Amino acid sequence: MMHDATQNGPPPVLAATRLRFGWQPSAPLLDIPALAIAPGEKVLVRGASGSGKSTLLNLFAGILTPVTGTVSLLGTDLSALRGAERDRFRAEHLGIIFQLFNLLPYLPVLDNVLLPCRFSARRLARARASDGSEEAAAHRLLAELGLPDAAPASAAQLSIGQQQRVAAARALIGNPEIVIADEPTSALDEDSRAAFLALLQEECERVNATLIMVSHERSLEPLFDRVIPMRELTGGTP
Amino acid sequence: MSTRFPIARLALRSIASRRASAALTCCAVALSVLLVLGVQEMRESARQSFASTIAGTDLLVGPRTSGVNLLLYAVFRIGQPSNNVSWQSYERFAAAPGVDWSIPLSLGDSYRGHAVVGTTEAYFRHFRYGRDSRLEMTAGQAFGAGTEAVLGAAAARELDHDVGDEIVIAHGLGATSFLKHDRHPVTVTGILAPTGTVADRAVYVSLATLDRVHETATPSFAPAPADDGGHDHGTAAESGEITAFLLGLESRVQVLRLQRTINEYADEPLTAVIPAVALFELWSVIGVAENALLAVGALAVLTGLVGMLVAILGTLNERRREMAILRSVGARPRQVFLLLVSEAGLLAGAGALLGVALKTAVLGALASPIQTRTGILLESVWPGSAEAVVVAVVTAAGLALGALPAWRAYRNSLADGMTIRL
Repeated sequence: MMHDATQNGPPPVLAATRLRFGWQPSAPLLDIPALAIAPGEKVLVRGASGSGKSTLLNLFAGILTPVTGTVSLLGTDLSALRGAERDRFRAEHLGIIFQLFNLLPYLPVLDNVLLPCRFSARRLARARASDGSEEAAAHRLLAELGLPDAAPASAAQLSIGQQQRVAAARALIGNPEIVIADEPTSALDEDSRAAFLALLQEECERVNATLIMVSHERSLEPLFDRVIPMRELTGGTP
Repeated sequence: MSTRFPIARLALRSIASRRASAALTCCAVALSVLLVLGVQEMRESARQSFASTIAGTDLLVGPRTSGVNLLLYAVFRIGQPSNNVSWQSYERFAAAPGVDWSIPLSLGDSYRGHAVVGTTEAYFRHFRYGRDSRLEMTAGQAFGAGTEAVLGAAAARELDHDVGDEIVIAHGLGATSFLKHDRHPVTVTGILAPTGTVADRAVYVSLATLDRVHETATPSFAPAPADDGGHDHGTAAESGEITAFLLGLESRVQVLRLQRTINEYADEPLTAVIPAVALFELWSVIGVAENALLAVGALAVLTGLVGMLVAILGTLNERRREMAILRSVGARPRQVFLLLVSEAGLLAGAGALLGVALKTAVLGALASPIQTRTGILLESVWPGSAEAVVVAVVTAAGLALGALPAWRAYRNSLADGMTIRL
C-alpha cells in the first residue's frame, strides 16, 4: 500500500491522498495528489462558484466518497467507515456552517445551538466538561459571538448576521476538532463579515479547532494562515 | 442520561410550525374516522336493538314463508304479512304437549301511524325482551274484556295519550287510512314502560277488540259475534285468523321436534322458526350492506391518510434544507426517516383521536333523538376498545404511509448530504 512520507510534527487533522472525484470518470472534478491540514490551522479554500467547493467539503465531511484515493480525518480513513459510522464520526468531530439558512426555523435559538449535543454523545460530554452543562456552553458561545440575551428566542426572527452567529455557536459547541464553513460570510455586509470572521477564528483558536472555510472572496485571504486556490485541487482546470 | 434527540419532539415542533396544514390534515383523518366509527356504532346498536327485541321465545310461527320474512313482519313490524294463520292451528299448537305459553299476534291495523297489535293478555305476562326482561306498566293495567288498549311508551308519548283516553283505530297501515272504525272507540287502560325496542311504538288491543272494530268496516272479514261486548276474549277470534304466534316451551330440548312438527303440519302450511336462528340469517343478509358501508368508511380513512401523505410529500422539497441541517449536526439518514415517519404517525394518531372525540360528541348529542325516532338505543357512546383499535390501526396506517415520504427524504438526504439545494 502507498503511504505518504509525512514530515515530523503533529499528525495532520485532514489528509487527502491521491484523491479523485468526478461525476464522469473521464473528467474528474477534483484531483488532489496530496493535501494535509495541520491541527489549529486556519485554511481558506478559495475559488469561484461552481468550481467544486461544495463537493470538496462533502468529501472532507465524508458525505461523498472519493472515486479513488482516501480522505483521513484525525487519522481515521473515512472510506474505511461504514455509513452510520461516518455519520457518527462527523457528528462528533465536525462543526459545519452553511452559507445561509443554517437554523431550523421551528426550534428556538438555544435548541438550534444544542442540536449537535443531541446527536453526539461526545459533543455533549465535551460541552459539559468545559462549561458544566450543554446549556451553559450554548449561552457562553452565544454571548462570546456577540449574540445578546435580548435577541429573539425564535430562530425565525433573527437577522441573517445573527443566524450566522448562532450557526457558528452550533458548529463550535462540544469543541469539535474541525470546523467546516461553506461561504459563511457571503450573505453578510462588509463590516459584519470581518467581525464574524474574527469571532469565528477567535473561538476556533480558543479550543484549537482547525478551521476550513471555502469562499470566493479574495479579500478574506489575509485573514487565514493558508490559502488553497481551488485551481490546485482540480487538476489544473479552473 | 440519554443523548439521543427525541425525534418525536422534533416532529412535534416541526408539525407545530405548520399547524394550519397539519390541522386540516388532522381534520380529514378525524372526519373519516368519525364515519367509520359512526357506521360501526349504528351497526352494533342496530344489531343489539334487533337482538333485544325478542327474548325467551322458543318458536315464532306464521304462514309458510321464509324465516327472515316472518321475523321481519311479525316481530320488527317491517313489511306486510302475505298470509294468515288460522285460529284452529294456533289453538292446536298452543295446546300441544310441552308448550308452556303462547301469544297470538294479529297485525295489519294502525292508529295514527302506530302499528296496532291484536293479542291476548298473555303478551304482557310472557313476552320478554332484552336480557329476558318482562314488560312493565308505568300506568294503568293490561286490557281486559272491554274495548281497551295498552300503549307502548313511545306511542303514548308521541300521541300524547294517557290512561282513560279514547282512541279510534284505522284499518290498514299508515297514518292516513280511509277506513276508520269510528263506531268503536277504544279506551286506553295502560301504558308500558320503555323497552328501547319496536314494542314501544305499538298499540296493543285484544283480539276481541280488533274483531269488534273490524265488524263495521269489513263485516264480511269476521262474522259478527252474537252479542256486542262482554264475551270472552278469543271467542271472536276463534272463527278468524291471526298473523303469527309465539310459543314458549317448557324445555328447550323440545324446540326442534315441535318446530319440525309445525313445519310438516298437514292441515295448514306453516313456518316455525327459532328467533335467534332467523336473526342470524337476517344478519348474514344485512351483513353485505353493512360490510359495504364499512368498506366505504375504510376507504374514507384511506383517503384521509392519502391526503396526509400528499401534504407531507408536498413539503419534502422545501424541507430538504431542514434535512441537510439535521444531517450536518449529526442526524443519520435513518433518523431523518424516523422524523418523517413519526410526523405522519403523529398526524394520523391525532386525527384518529380527534375522530373519536367527534364521534363521542356527535353520538352523545344524537343518542336521544335516534332512540326516539328509531327505537335504537346507542349502546356505547363512550369510547371503548373498538375505538382504541381504530386509533391504533389508523396510527399504524399513518406510520406505514409515512414511510413513503420518509423513504424519499432518506434517499434525498443520502444524495444531498449537507449540500443544500434550492
